[in-house]
Amino acid sequence: MHRTGELYGQFETLEQQKESAALGMWVFLSTEVLFFGGLFMTYTLNRHYYGVAFGVGSNTLDLKLGGANTVVLILSSLTMAMSVWASHVGKRKATTSFLIATLVLGTAFLGVKVIEYKQKFDHHLIPGYHFQIDYRAQHPAPNDDPKEIEAEKEELSKAFAKDPDLNAHAQLYFSLYFGMTGLHALHMIVGAGMLVWLIRQSLLGRFTPTYNTPVEMIGLYWHFVDIVWIYLFPLLYLIDRHR
Amino acid sequence: MSEHIVPPKVYVGIFLSLMVLTAATVAAAYVNLGAFNIVIALAIASLKATLVVLYFMHARYSPKRTHMVIIAAVFWLAIMLALTLSDYVTRDRDVAANTPMSQMLGS
Repeated sequence: MHRTGELYGQFETLEQQKESAALGMWVFLSTEVLFFGGLFMTYTLNRHYYGVAFGVGSNTLDLKLGGANTVVLILSSLTMAMSVWASHVGKRKATTSFLIATLVLGTAFLGVKVIEYKQKFDHHLIPGYHFQIDYRAQHPAPNDDPKEIEAEKEELSKAFAKDPDLNAHAQLYFSLYFGMTGLHALHMIVGAGMLVWLIRQSLLGRFTPTYNTPVEMIGLYWHFVDIVWIYLFPLLYLIDRHR
Repeated sequence: MSEHIVPPKVYVGIFLSLMVLTAATVAAAYVNLGAFNIVIALAIASLKATLVVLYFMHARYSPKRTHMVIIAAVFWLAIMLALTLSDYVTRDRDVAANTPMSQMLGS
């Protein structure tokens, strides 16, 4: 393993070495923009064609859970940024604490996502043979609010009148919902793995004010994943809330 | 090193701005603005993303070549969106009704 803060042969100065690392990270992130971009493109076209089905699909999502998750993820970006600051000023304990806070918040986000996915399984909203957009309206659980179920039935009957193929088109929405949030969650899992490594390195005292490149680079990745969610949240949860 | 250390005050300020903007995007979604709902949602999301890139990701304090990479990323994404949409939105095909292209052309 490399010794920390060492100047490699191909660089003139430590500053140049660090800027090269940052530039490489940004180039990687620009490929990630296009990686996610393909999904956003697919989303845009399908929403353009099947707006009614996308609105119905979006309204089945739990805005409280999605909103809470948005807060949790942005808060994790703050703690990540704070750990970069702490490593810059040589506060080792604070660096480790902020990294642990970031990992805890990231894991909380994924936990909420599991709850949301489970609801979709229960409501037959997984694309495939058993997909049924009006499953919940037809088979309400005993603890469901009857008013809410009535409102959902009314919304569905209006939507079916506008788009007789609603069931098929809503599957497109849910395919994109699971594809986009799934790819995002995969990035979070990778990020969490890297955070575990960072926390270990930080506990070993590897980061100093002159050497904290890994904290900064993984920080860049973490913030990028946050940005993806900043777009996913309104595009998936807030399509048709005003109806 | 000439690197800029961003003080925690700035980070907390940015975090609070992001929270306010998140609340604003949820509030705006409940108002029926027709086609402008999506415009406002994307404008707020882009403002939030800009704040994250500039401050959390230190782009504001980064060298010009980093700016170039960021601008290139956004530009490439814009090319993909613009050229693909310029094809799809100028087609006559009634996709929602699943009318095959051959029928539209009357062949």
